[in-house]
Amino acid sequence: MKLHTEKVVKLTLVTIVSWLVAALIFFPIFWMILTSFKTELNAFSSPPSLFFWPTLENYFVVFERSDYLRYAFNSVVISFVSSILAMFIGIPAAYSMAFFPTKRTQGVLLWMLSTKMLPPVGVLVPIYLLARDASLLDTRTGLVIIYTLINLPIVIWMIYTYFKDVPKDILEACRMDGASLWQEIRHVLVPITMGGLSSTFLLSLILSWNEAFWSLNLTASQAAPLTALIASYSSPEGLFWAKLSAASTLAVAPILVFGWISQKQLVRGLTFGAVK
Amino acid sequence: MSQLSRNARAARFLVAPSVLLLLAWMTVPLAMTLYYSTVNFNLTIPGLRNFVGFENYIFFFTDPSFFAGMSNTLVLVGSTLLITVVLGTLIAVLIDSPFPGRSLVRILLISPFFIMPTVNALIWKNLLMNPVSGFFAFLSKTFGMTPIDWFTDVPMLAIILIVSWQWLPFAILILMTAMQSLDQEQLEAARMDGAGPVAIFRHITLPHLARPLAVVVMIETIFLLSIFAEIFTTTGGGPGTQTTNLAYLIYSQALLQYDVGMASAGGIVAVVLANIVAIFLIRIVGKSLAGE
Amino acid sequence: MNASPTTWLRLSALAIGVSCTTAALAETITIGTVNNGDMIRMQALSSEFEAANPGIELDWVILEENVLRQRLTTDIAANSGQFDVMTIGMYETPIWGANGWLEPMDNLPASYDEDDLFPSVKAGLSADGQLYALPFYGESSMTYYRTDLFEDAGLSMPAAPTWDQVREFAVALHDPSNEQYGICLRGKAGWGENMALVSTMVNAFGGSWFDMDWNAQLETDEWKSAVNFYVDLLGNYGPPGASSNGFNENLALFNTGKCGMWIDATVAGSFVTDDSQSNVADSVGFAAAPSQVTEKGSGWLWAWALAIPVSSDQKDAAQKFVTWATSKEYSALVADRHGIAAIPPGTRVSTYENQDYLDAAEFASMTLTQMRKANPDDSTLEPSPYTGVQFVAIPGFSGFGTTVGQQISGALAGSSTVDRALANANTVVNREMRRAGYQD
Repeated sequence: MKLHTEKVVKLTLVTIVSWLVAALIFFPIFWMILTSFKTELNAFSSPPSLFFWPTLENYFVVFERSDYLRYAFNSVVISFVSSILAMFIGIPAAYSMAFFPTKRTQGVLLWMLSTKMLPPVGVLVPIYLLARDASLLDTRTGLVIIYTLINLPIVIWMIYTYFKDVPKDILEACRMDGASLWQEIRHVLVPITMGGLSSTFLLSLILSWNEAFWSLNLTASQAAPLTALIASYSSPEGLFWAKLSAASTLAVAPILVFGWISQKQLVRGLTFGAVK
Repeated sequence: MSQLSRNARAARFLVAPSVLLLLAWMTVPLAMTLYYSTVNFNLTIPGLRNFVGFENYIFFFTDPSFFAGMSNTLVLVGSTLLITVVLGTLIAVLIDSPFPGRSLVRILLISPFFIMPTVNALIWKNLLMNPVSGFFAFLSKTFGMTPIDWFTDVPMLAIILIVSWQWLPFAILILMTAMQSLDQEQLEAARMDGAGPVAIFRHITLPHLARPLAVVVMIETIFLLSIFAEIFTTTGGGPGTQTTNLAYLIYSQALLQYDVGMASAGGIVAVVLANIVAIFLIRIVGKSLAGE
Repeated sequence: MNASPTTWLRLSALAIGVSCTTAALAETITIGTVNNGDMIRMQALSSEFEAANPGIELDWVILEENVLRQRLTTDIAANSGQFDVMTIGMYETPIWGANGWLEPMDNLPASYDEDDLFPSVKAGLSADGQLYALPFYGESSMTYYRTDLFEDAGLSMPAAPTWDQVREFAVALHDPSNEQYGICLRGKAGWGENMALVSTMVNAFGGSWFDMDWNAQLETDEWKSAVNFYVDLLGNYGPPGASSNGFNENLALFNTGKCGMWIDATVAGSFVTDDSQSNVADSVGFAAAPSQVTEKGSGWLWAWALAIPVSSDQKDAAQKFVTWATSKEYSALVADRHGIAAIPPGTRVSTYENQDYLDAAEFASMTLTQMRKANPDDSTLEPSPYTGVQFVAIPGFSGFGTTVGQQISGALAGSSTVDRALANANTVVNREMRRAGYQD
């Protein structure tokens, strides 16, 4: 009996604390969405108004002023294509490093990761000039290439950790059966590590969606993704909090909803090979 | 047997495309940057390209903000890592056992990770941390306190908070996943032996989390070293140089001054720094990363 | 139904042919512009332009000021031709024009009435007497104050106050416990943010950025007294968080009734008197930007202008658009759709000769006074070698101006003293000037 009450108390406590923490962490997003339904004057009023007559005006303004669908389409195309490409290049590389390591494998892996630590501003001018000469400025292709390369190190490394955990004898068994390399990867390795592969893909997708440096500097009108939409609503002259909130809500909504839907997948797969 | 060795040989070539691509991605701009770092090259002054040797480097190192930039980078990376790792572990342990509404709590907890850094910074700066009309100011006033003037009095703390909010969900996500694979029988056994929650955490949970923690540290370091959007949108590196990190310093050289020569020198310094950090990281967390 | 392969081929060739001709007919020009209200209005009204010029389609890239500036500079410096029309300011235009990056604004139609443009604005958008951009709207700075608060406190604002008087008023009006702050001023670091105001203060205190040999003057007594005055005034009688307030933040504070006075761009006149975004629309007074030992350079001069880069391959269409958007015809269109007070201010003398405009826009006459007073070629008490009132029109200024701005915002935030900030700033400026070859 005593044990039971103790359990109930503990469960209640855990529930309350968890919900509190979750509410606290989610609050900024909630507040942004709430503000997007206020008028500009209301959004800036102090103390903030919690009860107000919601208005869709800000959303109308955003849709009227900017071609939201074009931005969203660009974001979707660029992040999906670059993530798929990164997976296609990354899987063979990870395979090779995981199952046929050499003395240099470790070094190569860490060198790849270190390429990510270079601040992009440092190489803006060279990349910009290269993109100009290759006629890749303001094209989705240009951004796809950049994002594929930016995310490749993380993608390779994550897949590598999943492949490392695949028991070698499974692969050897199928090699004995005369399976070709392609069959081996396609029919054995990929299905076994599906969970890890899909969370790698998701992570790459999120990172591409949210990248704001190259997308702003290498696009003008045709290939601009949602991060550029935000730049047209931040800090104009005049009050802008409510319109900014509406534009921000629109810009994060697709990836947020996608993230929520695939959350289970993400959680299951982000093991980095820790499951034995 | 021949199939086996054929596969092995083919496999070695499979790594080649990625290595070549990354090599090109790294070396072509790097070579150009290296070249630019030795010439006098300002975007707004056409026709200027004379060789100046190490002058750009000397200017970069003697820039009064250089040391501030270095130390701010370290402070920002260090504190954010500390906050996200500690809180991430605690929250992951907290929500490990089932309770009503757990999946919704999870969704709420990981949501900030999906938010663009620029949006994140804009929300915090305007809607929350504004000292007059922000939500935090409202809270302080409700409790009869003077609102904190975030970007004037504690600018670095403000940036750290903003960045931590963005990356905490990432830590939670990975640690929460790792918690699921914790051996329940081992836990039960420990409880039977009368081990308290603290002892269990220290001797069973933490060792189990060692590797995912290394992953968190590694990935976050990579991204935190070149944090830029959050600083650009909120403080612009100020007041003074209190929030100028290395990435922002290079930005102020390259894009405010359009001094490509000096920015390139800064870029090269950042590359060297990145490699030093990478070597450092191998020492600390490399073993668990490479999975040996 | 059973079309042969060749029929399909012909059909698709026809389709391609058709699309080719339409592509050749419609010229698309890409316009890069700032996300300010007047430009957003221009975007909305531009459908009129497209209707009148069926061969031209407009593609808009609207970005926040800082992002836009960096984007346009890389584009034009690398000659990459992404934009056909660029929105640039008085700082970039003379430099870029002299670099040969911009199309000269010649052959303007007679109906454009070039002589109607403010001479000071025209001078600021020219290099060697050649006009390189057409002004979209122009601004100087002035003092906004709350007539109701002044009345309650028994104060009266002169038409042309001094900084000392402004300080007295700020002390009298400052009541932080009721969220009522004496004065709001720019504090956010940036050459176009706090340094715009600080430079005009330095001018008013008799100082300048450089002497005739391009030596930085930031450690002179004029700078010290101006910056000390600024830090004391804004630090003690300003709102909390002043060191991160730019134009927008201050506008929001003023419109929600938190500032007794605010010294900023004349373009804010239409925002503070618009009751859809201002709580104090009925009680705003206007005065000149404060002077101190001199009136010279005490109010700034800025214009946003439309220019055509030489890298554009649609120059004729771009020219058509640029002349349309800065014409009297466009002003009339705005007046028709949004009311006469919404006309882009500060570019044309004729606007201020229109009695309807003066009646509708209470801030107009003070704007005119300030625009007349400002002279980018003669803005300092002692002679100085540079053009520009609140900036120095040389390539390095955007960089070192911002660094100096950071030092001063640091002093305002209390993280360093004024003397130390100015000493650092002086070193930085001299360093950059040596590097750029201005000093031996």
